[in-house]
Amino acid sequence: MILFLIILLPLIGGVLAWIAERKSALLSRCVSLFALFAATLLVVRLWTGSAGTLEVGRGIWLEKLVLPWIPQFGIGFQLAVDGLSLVLASLTLFLGIVAVLCSWTEVRERVGFFHFNLLWIVAGILGVFLSLDLLLFYVFWELMLIPMYFLISIWGHEGRVRAAWKFFLFTQAGGLLMLLSILVLYFAHGRETGIFTFDYELLLGTPLSPAVSFWTMLGFFIAFGVKLPVVPFHTWLPDAHTEAPTAGSVILAGLLLKTGAYGMLRFLLPLFPETAGLLAPAAMVIAVIGIVYGALVAFGQTDLKRLVAYTSVSHMGFVLLGIFAGNITARSGAVLQIVAHGISTGALFLLVGMIQERIHTRELGRMGGFWSGVPRLSAFGLLFCLASLGLPGFGNFVAEFLVLLGTYRSSVPQSALAASGLVLAAVYSLWIVQKVFHGEVTEQRGLMDLSVRETFILAVLVAAIFWLGLHPAAVIDITGPVLENIPCCGQVAGIFQ
Amino acid sequence: MTMTSSDLMALAPFVVIGAAAVAVLLLIALRRRHGLTAFLAAAGIGLALLSAYLIAPYVPRTITGLLSVDRFALFYTTLILVAALSVCALSYPYLAQLPGRKEEFYVLLLIASLGACVLTASIHLVSFFLGIEVLTVSLYGMIAYVRSSDRGLEAGLKYLMLAAVSSAFILFGMALVYAETGSMDFGGIIERSADVHPLLLLTGFGMIIVGAGFKLAAVPFHLWTPDVYEGAPAPVTAFIATVSKGAVFAVLLRFTGVMDLTPGSAVSQVLSLIAVLSMVIGNILALQQTNVKRLLGYSSIAHAGYILVAFLAGGRDGRAAATFYLAAYLLTNLGAFGTVTVLSRKDSDAATTDDYQGLAWRRPGLAAVLTVMLLSLAGMPITAGFIAKFFVAAAGVNGSLWAPVSALVLGSVIGLFYYLRLISLLFAGPGSVIPLPHAPSAVNGGVLGVLVLLVLLVGVYPGPLLDIIGHIFL
Repeated sequence: MILFLIILLPLIGGVLAWIAERKSALLSRCVSLFALFAATLLVVRLWTGSAGTLEVGRGIWLEKLVLPWIPQFGIGFQLAVDGLSLVLASLTLFLGIVAVLCSWTEVRERVGFFHFNLLWIVAGILGVFLSLDLLLFYVFWELMLIPMYFLISIWGHEGRVRAAWKFFLFTQAGGLLMLLSILVLYFAHGRETGIFTFDYELLLGTPLSPAVSFWTMLGFFIAFGVKLPVVPFHTWLPDAHTEAPTAGSVILAGLLLKTGAYGMLRFLLPLFPETAGLLAPAAMVIAVIGIVYGALVAFGQTDLKRLVAYTSVSHMGFVLLGIFAGNITARSGAVLQIVAHGISTGALFLLVGMIQERIHTRELGRMGGFWSGVPRLSAFGLLFCLASLGLPGFGNFVAEFLVLLGTYRSSVPQSALAASGLVLAAVYSLWIVQKVFHGEVTEQRGLMDLSVRETFILAVLVAAIFWLGLHPAAVIDITGPVLENIPCCGQVAGIFQ
Repeated sequence: MTMTSSDLMALAPFVVIGAAAVAVLLLIALRRRHGLTAFLAAAGIGLALLSAYLIAPYVPRTITGLLSVDRFALFYTTLILVAALSVCALSYPYLAQLPGRKEEFYVLLLIASLGACVLTASIHLVSFFLGIEVLTVSLYGMIAYVRSSDRGLEAGLKYLMLAAVSSAFILFGMALVYAETGSMDFGGIIERSADVHPLLLLTGFGMIIVGAGFKLAAVPFHLWTPDVYEGAPAPVTAFIATVSKGAVFAVLLRFTGVMDLTPGSAVSQVLSLIAVLSMVIGNILALQQTNVKRLLGYSSIAHAGYILVAFLAGGRDGRAAATFYLAAYLLTNLGAFGTVTVLSRKDSDAATTDDYQGLAWRRPGLAAVLTVMLLSLAGMPITAGFIAKFFVAAAGVNGSLWAPVSALVLGSVIGLFYYLRLISLLFAGPGSVIPLPHAPSAVNGGVLGVLVLLVLLVGVYPGPLLDIIGHIFL
C-alpha cells in the first residue's frame, strides 16, 4: 500500500495545489512541497526498511502491491520496488522538490495549474519506476506526457508551442510502437501458455520466434530510445529543453530521459535477452556516435540552455553504452550516470534559469564577467561545469569511468572513442566557464547575487553530487543485485565473464 | 405471425419512444410551449431508458422475425437513448435563443431515435431498411431545421441527396442478396449463401457496404461529412456523430455475421481498405481544418476507421472491442459537441478559433470538459478513449491485421497534431475579445459534468462496462 500512496500523494497534492491557488499562490506552492515531502518520507521508510534485505534478486521485491484492475484482460494494478526502482524514485522526488523550489519566483502566472502539472508529471514518473504490469507501465508512461506538454506550452519561452508539440509527437509515436510490442508479447504468451496476462514476471521468458522477438524488441527500443534519447531520435530534446521553464527542464533532463534508460534495464533486456544481444553492437555504435556528436554540437551553440541540452545527448550516450556493454561494471556505471547526470544537469539548468531571470537572455554572446558581479552564482556555475566534465570527486567521474572500464572489456576502440567524449566535455565546460563567468564584462548591470533560497537549492545539489562521487557504493550496493539479475546480453558477455 | 403480449412488452422501449413522439405532436397541436415540449420529449426518452432496463431480464425475444430484442439490442438502445437524451437537453437552450418555431424539432428527434433503436434490434433486411429510412428522413429535417441559416439549408440538401443515393444502393444490394438467397432474414441468408452464385451475392454485399459506408462517413464515402457537420446546428451534429453512426454500426455488427470475414476474403479486403483509408485520410484532412466543427467531422471519419479495425478482427473479442469503442466514442463526442453547443451564440455556432482561444482562462470548466474529451479522442490514458483504443489495437494484433493496425498507429499520431493544436488554443495567451455566450444552464452543465465523469470513470476503471459488454457476446 505504501507504494500506492507514494504515487497517490503527488496526484492528490496536484489537485489540492490547483484548488489552493484561489486562496493564494503561496499556499499552492506550500501544498505541493508538502505533498512531495510526505511522499519522500515514505520513500525514506523504504530505504530504512531495505537495510536488512539488500540481497534482492529477481522476484524478491522490497515491497510489492498487487490489486486487480481489469481482470478480464489479465491487467493488474501491480507495483513493486527493488533497489533500482528505489534509487530512481528517490531521485524523482528529490528533483521534484527542487523543481517546486526553483519556480518559486520564476512562475507567477497560473500558479495552481502549474503545480498541478508538475506534481502529475512526478506521479507519472514514479509510476513508471514502480509499476510491474506492462499495461500499467504504459499508462504511466503516457500519463506524464500530457502535463509535460502543458508545462512546456504554457510556461515555456518563445518557441514553446512548437517545442511542446515536437516533444509530444516524438514520444507518443515511440509509445504507440511500444504498445503494439506489448500486445504482441501478450498474445504470444497467451497462445503459448493459455494465460493472458500483462504481468511482468510471468511474461519473462516468453518463447518468441526470432523474427517476432526482433520486431517486438525494436518497438521497445525505439520507445525507450526516443526518451533517452538515442541519436537519430534526439531532435525533440534540444527544443523541448530550451523552451521549457526551468522546472520543466530540470524534470526533463533529470527524470524524463531516465525513464528510457530504466525501461531498457527493466524491460528490454530481461524480456528479450537473446535478441537484445544481437542489437548490442549496433546500440553501442549509436551510443558512441551520440557521445561525440552531442559534445561537438554542444560546442557550436550560442544559446546557453541549448548548449546544456546537447551535453545531455552526449551524457546519455554513456548511459546507453553502459547498458549494452554487457557487463556489470558498465551497467553500474550507467545507473550511477543516470543519478549523477540528473543532479548535475538539473543544477546546470537551474543556473541557466537563474541567469535568465537576471539578464533576460540565454545568449552566450551577451554574457561575460559574472564572477565580479555575482560571485556566489559563478562559483556554483564553475562547480557544476567541473562536475559535468567529469572531474574526479564528482559523481559523474565515477559513472563515466565505470562505463569506460566496462566497455574496454568488450570493445577497446569504442571505449577509446567514447573517452574522447570526455575530452570534448572538458572543452565545452571550460568554454562555458570562461565565456560566462570570466572574460570581459559585456553588459554591466547591478545584478543580484543568489538569494538564500537559491543558495540553499544549489548547496543541496552540490552536497548530493559530492556524496555520489565520494561514496558511490551507496547506489552501487543497492542496485548491484538487481543489475546482476538482468541477463547480460550478447556474446561479449560470455567471453569476458 | 401473431404477436403475444410478452412480445409487446419486449418492444416497450420502442413503443414508448413512438408514443412520446405522438404525445409531443398532440401537445404542440394543443399548445406551443417550448419548455414543456422539450421536457415531455426528455421524459419520453427517460421512460424508454427505464423500460429498457426493466425488460432486461425477459430477453432475448424474437418478434415477428423482423426484430430481435436481445442484450445486444438493449445495450445499443441504451447507448442511443442516452445520446438522444443528452442531445435533447443540449438542444433546449440552443433553440431557445433562435427565432421561429422550435417545438417540432423534438418530434423529429424522437422519430430519428426510434429509427436508430429499430436498427439495433434488426435481424431482417426489411427492418434494416425501415430503421435506416426512419432515421435518415428525420435527419433531413433536423439538419435544415434552422431555416434562417443558409449553411444549414445547404447541409440539409446535401445530406438529402447523398443519403437518398446511399439508400438506393442499400436497397439494390438487398434486392440482389434476396434474389440470390431467397431470404431476407440474416439467419436465412447465412444458411443459403454457401450454395449460390458468389458474384451476385458479393455485389449485393458490396452495395450494402457502400450504402452503410455513406452513413458511417467512411472514406471514400465521406465527402458530405465536413459540410454537413459544419452546417447543421451543433446539437444535430452531435446527434449525427453519435446516434446515427452508432445505430448503423450496430446493425452492421449483426450483418457482418452474415458475410464471410475470414482474412483474405473479398469482403474482408474491401473493409480493411475502407478502414485504412478512413484512418489515414480522415486524419490528414483534419490537419488542415481551422473550423472546429469540420475538424471534429474529419476526426469522426478517422474514428469510424478505428472501429472498423475491431470489426475486421471479428469473433467475440473483436465485436466486444468494437462495442466498447463505440460506447467510449459516443460519450466523448457527446461531450465535445456538447461543449460546442454550449459555446454557440445566437448568430453562429462556436466553430472559429476565436471562439476557443484562451477559453481555459475565461471558462475553465468548459475548457476542462473539452480538454478531457479531446484527450479521449486522441486516446490518452485515464480517459475512455485510451482503453477503447487499446482494446481495438489488441483485437487487431490478435487477428494479425498488420496493415490496419499500422494505419491505426499512424492515424493516432497524426490525430495528436490537431487535437493538441486545439488544446493549445484553449490554453493560449489572453482570451480573445469575442463576447462569450451566457454560462451554460444548470441542466447543460450537469449533462457535460456527467459525461466527463463517465469518460474518466471508464478510462480509470473499465471493469464494469467490460463485464456488461462481455455478457452481450456470451
